[in-house]
Amino acid sequence: MSVEFRKELFANERDDNLNEIGKGTQRQDALGHVTGRSPYFDDHLFEGLLQIRCVRSPHHHARIRSVDYSQAEKMPGVVRVIRPEDVPNNFNTLLSLLNFGRDDEPLLSSKKVSYKGEPVLAIVAGSDRQARDAVAAVRVDWEVLPHVLDVEEAMKPNAPVVNDVYPNNTFDYHDKYDHQKLRYGDVETAFAQADKIVEGRYQMSPIEQAPVETNGAIAAPETNDRFVCYTSTQALFFSLGTSAKLLNVSSNRLHFIGGTVGGGFGGKVDSLVEPVAILACMLTGKPCRFVWDREEEMQVGAPRGGERWYLKDGVMNDGRIIARQFTGYFDSGAYTRLSSYAIIKGTAHLPGPYHIPNVKSDVFCVFTNRTPATAMRGFGVTGVDFAIESQMDKIAHEVGMNPVEFRILNAYRDGDMKAHRREAKNCALIECAQVAAEKANWPIRDEFKQASSMVGGGGERAQIPHTVTDEDGKIGERRAGRTGGGQTRTIAPTTPAPAPAAHTPPPPSAPPPAAPPAAAEQPAYAHPAAAPAYQPAATQAPPPVAPAVTPAPPPAPAAPAPASDSGRPSARPVNRPGYSRFASNSGFRRR
Amino acid sequence: MSKKPVQFTLNGETKAVFVDDGQNLLDVLRRGVGDLSPKYGCGQGTCGACTVLIDGEPHLSCLTLAETVEGRALSSTGGLAQGGELHPLQDAFMRHFAAQCGFCSCGMLMAAKALLDRTPNPSRDEVVEAISGNICRCTGYEPIIEAILDAAQNGAGRRSA
Repeated sequence: MSVEFRKELFANERDDNLNEIGKGTQRQDALGHVTGRSPYFDDHLFEGLLQIRCVRSPHHHARIRSVDYSQAEKMPGVVRVIRPEDVPNNFNTLLSLLNFGRDDEPLLSSKKVSYKGEPVLAIVAGSDRQARDAVAAVRVDWEVLPHVLDVEEAMKPNAPVVNDVYPNNTFDYHDKYDHQKLRYGDVETAFAQADKIVEGRYQMSPIEQAPVETNGAIAAPETNDRFVCYTSTQALFFSLGTSAKLLNVSSNRLHFIGGTVGGGFGGKVDSLVEPVAILACMLTGKPCRFVWDREEEMQVGAPRGGERWYLKDGVMNDGRIIARQFTGYFDSGAYTRLSSYAIIKGTAHLPGPYHIPNVKSDVFCVFTNRTPATAMRGFGVTGVDFAIESQMDKIAHEVGMNPVEFRILNAYRDGDMKAHRREAKNCALIECAQVAAEKANWPIRDEFKQASSMVGGGGERAQIPHTVTDEDGKIGERRAGRTGGGQTRTIAPTTPAPAPAAHTPPPPSAPPPAAPPAAAEQPAYAHPAAAPAYQPAATQAPPPVAPAVTPAPPPAPAAPAPASDSGRPSARPVNRPGYSRFASNSGFRRR
Repeated sequence: MSKKPVQFTLNGETKAVFVDDGQNLLDVLRRGVGDLSPKYGCGQGTCGACTVLIDGEPHLSCLTLAETVEGRALSSTGGLAQGGELHPLQDAFMRHFAAQCGFCSCGMLMAAKALLDRTPNPSRDEVVEAISGNICRCTGYEPIIEAILDAAQNGAGRRSA
């Protein structure tokens, strides 16, 4: 397998005089892997190792009337039944280590369960089989509750409350905002001026990371009143801090050993097994092992959450996008875990790698009775990128443009202002699109082959547009979900919106073809409809954008997310004088 | 629960252990004998991480009853290197970046060895078929296929070990 380095790209800006970067090197752990000597968490042998299995909810949503483990306790080999009240501090949220969000999730649940597979008891026994037999002997009296599995259903007023800590079924940012908000320019005015409006609805399923090694941990007593924990975690200190908090012990009593992970892909950060294994070890004084079987990995292992996105674009006939609006719903599942953070990351990513002078976004972190969602490979960005790029194909089709040329036309160029008010630097989408088109034998016209990320940005494109605010000087409602319904008020733009004319067309194609290129005139480029290789993404006719959000208070807008609470109109500098185009910390642009 | 004595060879050495009724070979190899090279990935015969050779044939040790290996010859990745020298398959896996997290590698190597022992110069399709019971979530398989083909070129299949 070889990596191709396109050194001719940005040759004048790269530093190839590096010792390791750009050269092949052997992994330090490869020898251990091929000889079977790499020490994964389970590759540590202990005499008298006890095994743990959990009693889990068979329901999406249920109240626990009672739990009867009297038979299980007497089963052969059972050493200990761990109940919710045995967990010293049985309430946590992962990001509490960063002081972000409210504790909302027990390690073992005592009152109700909010997703299928939620653990209510842990049983420690001499063998895995004994532990399983004991689990089967536990009797739980469930009062099954109505459940909700759809993000927009969950935001309706009569939806079941999934997570009592967040009774509106939406995460509260800074205890005030039920969504992440981004306002840049004035999308409503731009929509009115656009030649075309293109809308799309995009839905991503939850995805299980499915590492070949399941989540697991072994905990054992050490000398000096400490506990060693061998773990599959991807985030050793995260797991250490989480365990210390749940078990209410000083972290220096926990000796975490990890680093050799049998695949994670995001599914091994939630620290669900380590606290249970350590607690079992504390309560029994014996080495204890808690490893999910494959079924648990699939059922209760936190996946990449499902996401739903509604996009609305205002497009000119020449292919320029002048406005883009997002409404997004992240399915967090029953508890917060990391979705709240993923949304912040995702919002910072909008509107994708394209220069669009008017952007509006509202993104909700929604609780449903699904398995809690967590990290997976670029989470927060991957889902909305799927939506954005599917939408880009759709728009290209609607304006009759070559989808690669359409992307090059709208791509960020160095010096452009991004919707979160940072200057775009080290842009390379154009170059990537050119190389991809070349490799795929996808024809693009010369003017697009010659386009460059280093040409055409900045100038007027570097300006922060006036962003509309309401009469209170705010960029819109704080709450747009279940509690936002009655708060609609009239909002009038206080500043003139930028006319599309002020939007400088990017140079390489300026002006781009005013009409869709006829196939006969562009023999090299097959119209998408005729090209078998090209499939317009959103072929399932997306329903009209009807975000379940309350009647969206009109053009909101000004300032970066979250909503400005200052009451002042947007006072952001319109321009950033004196910025230098290729500046980076070192003054040297690296790729 | 009654225990049964079972005796077999593992990588050329005689092993004797007591096993429980219904105990699987993976558990016995790892916890009874101390060979940690076969891995638990699914316990249901779908991932291949526990693959070992029994009389030269690849078997899923998680689905093999331990008592059925009485008197048989087992080999695992733990015994693949000889006297500090890597087997050509191990060497090729390293050079081709065929192991990332490494968790599937031991099973993958056993499946590959079973192939090359029988078919020293396999086609690409035969390599793909031979590892079709082994799941890798990191590499996308291509580096593994390349490594096995490369090892075959280097005579891995003609080696007696």
